This record gives sequence, C-alpha cells and structure tokens, in this order.
Amino acid sequence: MALITYREALNQALSEEIKRDERVVLMGEEVAQFKGSYKVSEGMLEKFGDHRIIDTPISEAAFSGLAVGAAMMGMRPVVEFMFWSFCYVAFDQIFNNAANIRYMSGGLINVPIVFRGPANGGTNVGATHSHTPENFAANTPGIKVICPATPADAKGMMKSAIRDNDPVCVMENTILYNLKGEVPEDENFLVPLGKARIALDGKDLSIIAHGRSVHTSLQVAETLQEKHNISAEVLDLRSIRPLDIDAIVQTVKKTNRVLLVEENKPFCGVDAQLAYIIQDQAFDYLDAPIKRVSCIDTPQAYSKALENVQIPNHDRVLEKALEVLS
Amino acid sequence: MEGLHHDTDFAEPHSGSATLQPEQNISRTATEDFSKSPANQTLTAEEKILYYSQMVRIRRFEERSLRAYQQGHIGGFLHLYIGQEAVAVGSVSVMSEDDHIITAYRDHGHALAVGMDMDECMAELFGKKTGCSKGKGGSMHFFAPDKNFWGGHGIVGGQTPLGLGIAYALKYQNKTGSCLCFMGDGATNQGPFYESLNLASLWNLPVVYIIENNGYSMGTSECRHSAGEPLARRGQAFDINWSVHQGHDLFEVRQAVSDALKLAHESHRPSVLEIVTYRYRGHSVADPDQTYRSKEEIEEYKKNKDPINLFRDKLLAEGTLTEDKAKEIDQAAKDESDASAEFALASPFPDPGELMDDVYWESDNPDKKTSSGVLFFESI
Repeated sequence: MALITYREALNQALSEEIKRDERVVLMGEEVAQFKGSYKVSEGMLEKFGDHRIIDTPISEAAFSGLAVGAAMMGMRPVVEFMFWSFCYVAFDQIFNNAANIRYMSGGLINVPIVFRGPANGGTNVGATHSHTPENFAANTPGIKVICPATPADAKGMMKSAIRDNDPVCVMENTILYNLKGEVPEDENFLVPLGKARIALDGKDLSIIAHGRSVHTSLQVAETLQEKHNISAEVLDLRSIRPLDIDAIVQTVKKTNRVLLVEENKPFCGVDAQLAYIIQDQAFDYLDAPIKRVSCIDTPQAYSKALENVQIPNHDRVLEKALEVLS
Repeated sequence: MEGLHHDTDFAEPHSGSATLQPEQNISRTATEDFSKSPANQTLTAEEKILYYSQMVRIRRFEERSLRAYQQGHIGGFLHLYIGQEAVAVGSVSVMSEDDHIITAYRDHGHALAVGMDMDECMAELFGKKTGCSKGKGGSMHFFAPDKNFWGGHGIVGGQTPLGLGIAYALKYQNKTGSCLCFMGDGATNQGPFYESLNLASLWNLPVVYIIENNGYSMGTSECRHSAGEPLARRGQAFDINWSVHQGHDLFEVRQAVSDALKLAHESHRPSVLEIVTYRYRGHSVADPDQTYRSKEEIEEYKKNKDPINLFRDKLLAEGTLTEDKAKEIDQAAKDESDASAEFALASPFPDPGELMDDVYWESDNPDKKTSSGVLFFESI
C-alpha cells in the first residue's frame, strides 16, 4: 500500500492498463502534451508515446464517435472529457451509438469503451461546467456508470472499467483529485463494478451516498456521533449501474432509517430511484419516511456564496439527518 | 519534448498535393465512358453479370419488402434504396479484404451488396427472431461484422465519426484497409461530419466519405437545405481530396471508389466522394412523395437514368448479356425475394424473454461476469 492521491491512483490505473493491453489508448483534449487539464495523465505521453496518449481537437462528438468505432473494431479506448458537462455535445455518440449498437446488432458487436472525466459542482465554474450526468447515463440500458469516491476505488474501479466489455462511464470529481488514501500497488488490484462499500459502520441511521457526497456524509456522521450520540452508517454506492441493491436493502434493514445524499439535482436523480427501490424492498423495515439531500434545484450557481449552499453541504445533510431521526 | 508533437502516425504532416483542383473534380460527366477505365478494363463477363444481378436482387428485394409493408407485415419506417443501387454495388465491388463499410438508415442495398442473405434481412424487417439482429434492429439497423459491414445507423450523420473510428482502428492495427462511410446529402449539414473531416485529414485516416446525393434530405431539396455546391467541395476546407460522380453509372462509381481506396491504402488520406443519384420512393415509404417533387421528375429519372436499365443496355450492347439471361436473372431475384418473404412470414417472433438479451456483454456471459449488483431495473 502507498499513500497517494486520487489523481495519482487514476494515473496508475490508466498507465498499468495501457502497459498491459496494447488495445488500450487514452484520448481527449489536452491529455498528452498538456498532461491533462487536471494532470491525471501526467507523464504518460513520455512513457507511452503519442500513439497511445492522444491529444484531440475540441470535437467531443467526433472523438467520442471515433472511439466507439474503434471499440467496435476490437480496440479498448479510454475517452477523457475535460468535464463530463462537455459530453452533452457528444450525446448521440454515447447514448445512441455506444449504448445501443450491441442491442441493435443482436449481440454481434461489442463496444468496450470507457468515457471518463470529472462530473461535479462546487468549484465555482458556473452552470455549463458543473453537470453531474450520472443519472442521465444510468437511465440508458447498455451503459454502466461508476462514481469512485476514494483513491483506492479510483484505481481499482478504473482498471475494472477498462477491462470491462461494455461501455462504462466513469464519473470523477475535481475536488477529490487531491484526496490522499492508501492504494494497493499491485497491478492486479481490481475493484469490481456494482459492489457498494460500507464506509462507516453504524446502527441508528443509514446515509447512502456516492462520489464526493460520501465524504460529506462521513463528516456528518462524525458530528452526529460527537454531538448527538447517534451512530450513523455510511454506505458508499461506488457504482450506479450496476447497483448493489443487496447492500442498500441490508443497511436499511439494519438501521431502519434512511437519508440519501447526492450532488445530482433532485428531480429524476439517482436517489429518486433508490427511494423507490427501498420502499419496494424494505417498506416494513422503515421507521421513518426516506429523506433526500440533493443539489438545490436551479442551474449551478457561480458565486461561492450561492454554490456552497446549493451543493449538499455538512449543515444541510445534518439537518435532514436529524429530521429522519426525529 | 522535442519531436513529440508531430511525429505520430496520426499527426504526420499531410501533403496537399493529392488534392485535385475543383475544376478537375467536377469535370466528369454522364457522357464519359468508364467501361474501359482502369478499374473496369479487366472486368470479366461473369463479374459484370454478377454486379448486374446484385443490383436486380436489391431492387426486387425492396419491391417485395414494400409489398410486405403495405400488407402490414413490416412496421415503423422502410427507407427504400430503389434507384440508387449502382452506388452500393459499385462501391462494394472494389473493396478488398481489409476494407470496411458503414452507412446510414437506407441500408438494405449495402447489406445485400456485402453478401448478407435476403432471408435474414427480410426476417429482420418482419421483426422476426431469424432476422440479422434477431428482430432488435429493424430496417435501419442491419449489421454483419463478419462481412465488414458495421451498420445501419438511424441518426442522420451519426455514423460519420464511427466510420472515422473504423479507419483509425485499421491504421492502429497496421492493416492496409479503409472504411467506406456512406451518408446522404442531408447528413452533410450535421456538425459531427465536419468534426470528422477535420480529424480524418489531421490524423491521416483512411476513410472515404461517400455522399449519396439523391437530391433530397427527406422532403427538402438540396437547393433548400445546402448553401454552396457541390456538397463534396466542403472537403476542400480540410485539404481532403473530393470529387463528384454520376451514380447511375456503375462503372463510374467503381472507378471513383477505387481511386479513393487507392489513396487511402497508399497514403492513409481520406476522400469525400459525392455520388449523384436519385431515389424513386419517398424518404420512407409512408411519407408523401409529391409535396416536394413532381411525378414527372421521378418518371424522367426512371426513363433516362435508371442504373439497372443503363447497365443492362451496356451489357446487352457489348454482348455480355442476352435478353434471356437478363430475364432469368430478374426471375431468380423475384423468386429469391418471394422466398425470403415466405421465410420471414413463417419465422417465429422473438420470445418476450429475449428482450433482455444482447444489452450487456456481461449479462449475456454470466459465467464470465466480473461485476456484481443489478444491471436491469424493474419499472412496475
């Protein structure tokens, strides 16, 4: 194990898989010479050359579609979106082509591709750069969606995604890129998709979250313990599709109270689906209505004063947690 | 860092010398005889008869599918290729083993030209389990990767980056191959096409964009949908070799595509070919046909520019084909089409249990599954 950042963990995953499998290439805007807008691919151009680490023009539709075509031909491209917000100009290539071609061909063609990049708010970059489209993506059968929250998961899940034979959307988070954690150095370290993780063991309340909201939830759990003597369990979903429904149901049955936290906007967010699943599969175990904390339902605000309130922050999550417990 | 920014195969500085001058590009006319051009001079009688038969098969297949549509056996859209047959047959006839092909939703002609079976195509139209996509793709989404045919794509222009990716993969894999990426005139107004042209030229990718210009993007004529003619000239902005050809002459199509493939194979350079053609039926068969063009216009094409009649007349004149042989070919195509409709009709519909198959590789291969968790969600 080594203590490294989320960013370094991604770099390790990408580098190891590019070294391991000649079908893997990384392409996107500024990934090579510029070393990645967020320096995720630092050093990779020098190590692997511009045959494998490929700078593209600002043409998301073309390079996403190019990668889908290459995947159909047996390559395993990793496409970086500088921000997941930019996938909107490549929507057709991801959600019509990558997602549907296997089905429409009756299973004749596979599309082993990874689309990755940061998908988060909280950095004061305004509405066009702060989208969290994991709910859109997960709404499309044929697509897998993961949101690693820790450096170890960033590495292990990215490696699994690259080895996966289906299209996987990896939603990272710019605020987590500097987060440090223990990460196995083993080149065969893989974290399977679809397996949730109990980030904190507890008994009075289940806080279910994904991405950066896991860390906010952990802070709230600490406050609950220290100031209210309440033991909260925090379940990190890790993966949205496939979804670890067993783990969700298990924690609900254990604590009987649920708070859902995510950075999505509330309407048709991931947690709307979770709430449905919980009432469907654990209705009799609920001692209180399920509550949610999401982004406040407006376009993402620029000003710190507004955005810090808009995203699920410690105080908003704490308030709702106490409501569920009241 | 020196040398890192331009020494890749994919960013080698390209030479503009292959680009023809505009006057040269559009100098070919319907009156030029391509039957003895380099791509055609060594054709045997058998090969010519094969191409003729392929065009006839496509037409008869589509006429039969139209009847099936009118009888209610085929749902949704049915975009017929009738009138354009020489483009697909001529293009496919010059492809080599490592050349690949992808097209839009008017795909029956290309599918049959690459050697897909009439039965699997007709059954797909009928939504049957025996269809090429097990009834999950339909008219717009035929695929045969074993024949280097990558679809069949429903969104106008959506296949243009895919064709680029196929060409990219061929080059990455060090294969001497190219991708023929077919599209309609309407698709030239979609953004991803231009993004793709830029990348094709910038990275020297062996892709041949073939604009089958049938004059109408759905019901909007070229003069109402596009500024600047010819459409292929748009390639010039990206230093891409471009040219315009007549699509009713199979020999001319063969020569044009052959030239573009040679360029792609030898120097990885892309091309944009505009092949002028005409469709006799509506955009889809359910669409009104005469709100935007006259009956006389359609009749004029059928009479003077029908690719099958023109080719037959040439073969008759040179003695390659006889009237009897032509009739025999036609009857065989009709019989094969009828048989495919019977096959489709008699075939079973997919079982509702098959709805969930073919979505994810992983759910179809449970013994090799690496993920856990739920991939499909109940709605009720």
